[in-house]
Amino acid sequence: MRELLLRFIIGGCVVSSFATLGLLFKPKTFAGLFGAAPSVALATLGLSVSANGRVFAATEARSMMAGAVAFFAYVSMVTWLTGRENRNILAVTSSGILLWLSSAFGLWYIFLR
Amino acid sequence: MKIEFNPSAVASATWREYAIRFLLGGLVTAGAGLIARKFGPVIGGLFMAFPAIFPAAATLIEEQDERAGSSTKSGEHRAQVDVGADAAGAAAGSIGLLAFAAIVWRILPTYSPSFTLVVATLGWFGLSFLGWILIDRFWR
Repeated sequence: MRELLLRFIIGGCVVSSFATLGLLFKPKTFAGLFGAAPSVALATLGLSVSANGRVFAATEARSMMAGAVAFFAYVSMVTWLTGRENRNILAVTSSGILLWLSSAFGLWYIFLR
Repeated sequence: MKIEFNPSAVASATWREYAIRFLLGGLVTAGAGLIARKFGPVIGGLFMAFPAIFPAAATLIEEQDERAGSSTKSGEHRAQVDVGADAAGAAAGSIGLLAFAAIVWRILPTYSPSFTLVVATLGWFGLSFLGWILIDRFWR
């Protein structure tokens, strides 16, 4: 429970710090870089190493590569549908999570299982 | 395109917006830890690149644009263009995210965690920046 609380606080701080960095820069395309910052990984890996060791954390990082490819598919879809097709923002960004899940688990099934 | 640094933009966001980002970031980080504990590092690692904060961030961009230019049709269009631009930047950032993960995977078993995270973060920013230069050319 203590570890979970620690993860919550550290994760909240790191993620909101990167989100704030994104507010500081223009143009919006540059600010968007911080939306794909490795904030969860930075908050998690140190704790993961101390709790489970380096090999465990390195294995998480290998899977994170599949998550990053799925993230690319997700933001590409959001770019296409909001920037070019003028669709509803919340509907696109929320339903796109299904694309992330299917891409990430598809890559897991093919390469990591 | 020239990069501009605008520290006063921090004041344009409300406490509610900061709280939402903190809450979502905390929940995703804690959730990724729980999933790794329950299903192991192979499944848990996937969620280290989960875009949970993105829908909230996009909605906050929309709210900020509405505050700046009222909720007219042109204000809606501006929000869609801004979210599209933000997502295009995130696409460049995801190339860096992939590099970050690859660096950690390859060097963490050999080097210290702090050294690994510094090198991987530099790798993330370097590749993201290169990706942004490419995307910025197509975006205009």
